[in-house]
Amino acid sequence: MSSEFNHDKILLSTSSLNVGYREKRSTISVAEAINFEVKTGELVALIGVNGSGKSTLLKTLSGQIPALSGEVKIDHQLLSGLLDKDLGTYLSLVLTNEPVSRQLTVMELVALGRHPYTNWMGQLSKIDIEKVNKALSQVDLVQKEDKLCDSLSDGQFQKVLIARALAQDTPLILMDEPTTHLDMFHKAYVLQLLKTIVKTSQKSILFASHEINLALQLCDKIILIDEGKVDFGTPSELIQKGAFKTLFPADFIVFDENSKTFRMKIQND
Amino acid sequence: MSKAFINHFLLFIVLLVGIILSLSLGSVSIPFQDILKSLFGLSIENSTWDYIIVNYRLPKTITAILIGSGLAVSGLLMQTLFRNPLAGPYVLGLSSGASLGVAFLIMGASLLSGFFGEFLFSKWAIILSASGGSLVVMLAVLSTAQRVKDTMTLLIIGLMVASLTSAIVSVLAYFSSSNELQLYIFWSFGSLGNLSWQEVGILSICWFIGLSFAIFCLKNLNALLLGENYAKSMGVQLKKNRILIIVSTSILAGSATALAGPIAFVGLAVPHLVRQLVPTNDHRILLPSIILGGAILMLFCDIIAQLPGSESTLPINAVTSIFGAPVVIWLLLRKRKLNF
Repeated sequence: MSSEFNHDKILLSTSSLNVGYREKRSTISVAEAINFEVKTGELVALIGVNGSGKSTLLKTLSGQIPALSGEVKIDHQLLSGLLDKDLGTYLSLVLTNEPVSRQLTVMELVALGRHPYTNWMGQLSKIDIEKVNKALSQVDLVQKEDKLCDSLSDGQFQKVLIARALAQDTPLILMDEPTTHLDMFHKAYVLQLLKTIVKTSQKSILFASHEINLALQLCDKIILIDEGKVDFGTPSELIQKGAFKTLFPADFIVFDENSKTFRMKIQND
Repeated sequence: MSKAFINHFLLFIVLLVGIILSLSLGSVSIPFQDILKSLFGLSIENSTWDYIIVNYRLPKTITAILIGSGLAVSGLLMQTLFRNPLAGPYVLGLSSGASLGVAFLIMGASLLSGFFGEFLFSKWAIILSASGGSLVVMLAVLSTAQRVKDTMTLLIIGLMVASLTSAIVSVLAYFSSSNELQLYIFWSFGSLGNLSWQEVGILSICWFIGLSFAIFCLKNLNALLLGENYAKSMGVQLKKNRILIIVSTSILAGSATALAGPIAFVGLAVPHLVRQLVPTNDHRILLPSIILGGAILMLFCDIIAQLPGSESTLPINAVTSIFGAPVVIWLLLRKRKLNF
């Protein structure tokens, strides 16, 4: 079903990217020598422990903070060369913990995704409404379009935010922990939804997540940040390399290569 | 959209009622036919009535509409900009900033009069200094708000700004003459009356400019409902947009404060009251509703301030506070629902 797309098209690539923060006098490098490529129709997970620099990398990729050195290219154009107003047509975001107003209907919030395309008053054209409706049906929220976001569950609201990014209709979607605050079923559901989206549309999704076990089963590629070092490859490539062995302290959590899952090591007292 | 249209229509009817009441109530009772005649330029027997309506009641009604809607819109803009339901020109110290500007002008005038002469005492000078004062406070509050996202902290900062400015005003007052002091105190009581047609004209120019900026920001204000990171990712130029919103609020709140004195709570309360009626956050629908709502509230506060049937008038500031303070308390009590 996905054969109709050109899977060799590279949407996002980095070369010798170095990310971190600039402080008044010094620069604090968080992760170095990052090289990866995201192609059309790929679901890519960004994995790393707390404080490993996932958010910093994501912010750099989305242009919120500048790279310390190296290059980020979106659709073969340098990210640093894109204007603010054009960036919104290349990549869209799904973020957590933003002060998003919930006093909007599902429809209104998703329609805000059309912002880069509407006129100065934000008037929705026929095409805009079509795209919004398509996004709503992709996340299965058509029935709730007139509901106030305030009345939705966390899982449903997450779907609204994903629909907003879909309505923005960009080739690339970056997500920051799209499954936090969700129960196990909704985590699996949302990730499965992302998989379906990339397989049925010419979009690529890169998401930061702590759901390593689910990501290993589902994702096409994984970017693994471990103590400032970055590995990139398909789940099986990374497993073969033994990249997951050192991710967590071995006396607490071990990686079982046969079942491709992390397991807690039961402490005997 | 049709529901929004009905709401706007209802608000418009209430506004018309308010305008009629505001024109017909006063210490002198004038028959309604004569009011209409006078408004349409027909001659009426009693020329005193004609004078009262054309030179007192009509400018006052227009002032109430302009100031009520202007303050309410600046409240809406601040609430969205700060993503904070308790933001408003009075609460965050914009009115105090305007007062400080005016205090510097009136009481510091003797030091500067040599340079500027006549200009200092014109209404334009008062508006400029009031808008400048509120702009300074707005910038200061904004720079702190970048660091604190917490509602309460922002309110306390507003409170501190207010007490700081009132301290500076006291220092200025200590060194100024009794004439200047009296001038300042009368201004600070606040009043919608006593505005000449020329001043109403100045006010409407400021209102028009401030509102134009606000209309220009409408689309980006909606994007800001998702927070600044989302807005930026959709192509909103945050800095430019922030400057436009700040200039708009400062002109609206500054000019209103300059000509009518510091008026409390209208800017904070109206957006919330209107949201009860028009349950949306789409600024394209909210803005006209809030213009109407602000005008209505101000007209009725002014009608109450005149104490119908009596000769005396309460300071408008007192009336809006009596009305507005409970609204703030009510908002704080249902804080869990303030995720607006």
